[in-house]
Amino acid sequence: MKNFKELFEAHSWDEVKESIYSKTKNDVEQALKSSKRNLEDFKALVSPAAASFLEPMAQLSQRLTQKRFGKTIQLYIPLYLSNECTNICTYCGFSLDNKVKRRTLSENEILQEVAVIKSMGYEHVLLVTGEANQTVHVEYFKKVLKLIRPYFAQVSMEVQPLDTDEYTELIPLGLTSVLIYQETYNKADYRKHHPKGKKSSFDYRLETPDRLGRAGIYKMGLGVLIGLEDWRTDSFYTALHLGYLERTYWQSRYSLSFPRLRPFSGGLQPKVAMNDRELVQLICAYRLFNEEVEISLSTRETEQFRNHCVQLGITSISAGSKTNPGGYAVEPGSLEQFEISDERSPMEIAEMIRTKGYEPVWKDWDKALQC
Amino acid sequence: MLKIADKEFSSRLFTGTGKFSSLPLMQEALFASGSELVTMALRRVDINNQKDDFLSYLRHPKINLLPNTSGVRTAKEAVFAAQLAREALETNWLKLEIHPDPKYLMPDPVETLLATEELAKAGFIILPYIHADPVLCKRLENAGASAVMPLGSPIGSNKGLKTIDFLEIIIEQSNIPVIVDAGIGSPSDAAKAMEIGADAVLVNTAIAVSENPVQMAIAFKMAVEAGRIAYSARLAKQENHAIASSPLTAFLDEEF
Repeated sequence: MKNFKELFEAHSWDEVKESIYSKTKNDVEQALKSSKRNLEDFKALVSPAAASFLEPMAQLSQRLTQKRFGKTIQLYIPLYLSNECTNICTYCGFSLDNKVKRRTLSENEILQEVAVIKSMGYEHVLLVTGEANQTVHVEYFKKVLKLIRPYFAQVSMEVQPLDTDEYTELIPLGLTSVLIYQETYNKADYRKHHPKGKKSSFDYRLETPDRLGRAGIYKMGLGVLIGLEDWRTDSFYTALHLGYLERTYWQSRYSLSFPRLRPFSGGLQPKVAMNDRELVQLICAYRLFNEEVEISLSTRETEQFRNHCVQLGITSISAGSKTNPGGYAVEPGSLEQFEISDERSPMEIAEMIRTKGYEPVWKDWDKALQC
Repeated sequence: MLKIADKEFSSRLFTGTGKFSSLPLMQEALFASGSELVTMALRRVDINNQKDDFLSYLRHPKINLLPNTSGVRTAKEAVFAAQLAREALETNWLKLEIHPDPKYLMPDPVETLLATEELAKAGFIILPYIHADPVLCKRLENAGASAVMPLGSPIGSNKGLKTIDFLEIIIEQSNIPVIVDAGIGSPSDAAKAMEIGADAVLVNTAIAVSENPVQMAIAFKMAVEAGRIAYSARLAKQENHAIASSPLTAFLDEEF
């Protein structure tokens, strides 16, 4: 059976990094000129040498994004179901060793949260949990999907990685897309940040998109947590992974995100900082590398940054997010997974999108397409 | 006048509704285009909500809605979506789009044929979106399609009529209307499609994403009309080189 692991292992971290940092302005110019860009072009576009080409990259990124997606931005919102977690992750507010009150929403509580989310106008919800396989397991997810499916046109999940047959069970219940971030493709660094729990298995996580592809998921989201390791090298592996998945599971759609490590109570300071210029460079590099991939930007980013990014190559955005279970209705004051930066309401974000000359899109999927 | 199934169209420009920067602008551009058949993705609208914002901008006596099944991957899913659309939107017209490949949105010929057979039997007016494949077009015609919609180039690419040689065969062979869909990037592409005898064209991205969608809609309207008139007036044959002034057979007229 085909598997990304083989391809991954054929690329040494140090060599990839070295290759990215040795790219020249000439390589960047070549990449910009080309009409079909490959992984070497991508390396050039994320390299330090591309820093002085930010404006032409942004112009091109905007044009390509509008050609594919038009002048539209999709809106989604996370719904945190649980913060129970048996993993230790050094950067996460829900890590097992963090003293926070744990809660998993009951069916009744979920419906209260759904009512608030629906009143904001959402049709696309992203379900989020930690990893607690004793309580927040496939049976729980099945129950939740059946419960909320009538309310939403599209349901995505960002939960612990599951087995192929588990995904196969969830898809007919209305699961459209699954986000699974590798956090970092640097194996040694991954171990350091995930010392305990099921998440400590690098390989199981790495192979999750393969399992999703085999299960026939409609869409999957990839990404790394920016701040753990060298973002340029990590992004190369993300692009490598994306290219492999598109060729292998050609019936699925793909999306990318690049959360930057945000402070939380008692949390980790980023090892590698990425500034706004570099994040724009990365967004444009992804778009120039892949014209079809969806790119989303969360409320971790600031108002001003998000306002400008709408025109640069992203295709979806969240708004009004709460990152604590019960945050919308049940227990609004509880501790969040991370601090959000952009606290504007969905209506304010929709208005901002319109001001930028784009149409906010609340619905772009239908239950009827998934029968 | 163009006739598809039992409906007559005075405009041969069909349009799409995706990618516009706002719904009022979409409406203005559609009106300017003069288009009487407008396709919309079922995934974008809440078909059970009579007050759906998107739909409210499309309801107009001159505009016939052509719901499309963008997003389905199989014939089974397409049939299910079609039945829901018919019930909610009260139209049996359907643009059948089955693209299991979400990257390039390439239509699946096998599933499209299966779905056309089933939906035509169930009384739908089916306009299938397909590759510029002449044999497939004949199969769809036999299966009960009301028109065929072969692509000019990859959807959304604005690359023009890359499949022109196959489009010409399809147009020559077809007993049902041929609508060139996908890839038409400029009014000149649309005019070209009409000049080679297409019955209509469908344009979306090139209008929606232009700097001025309303002006671009007018440009497409005029190009489609010009192309159709040129087709009807029989274009003069193209010559690659000048006709020799001493023809090869002139000697036959000479006296020996």
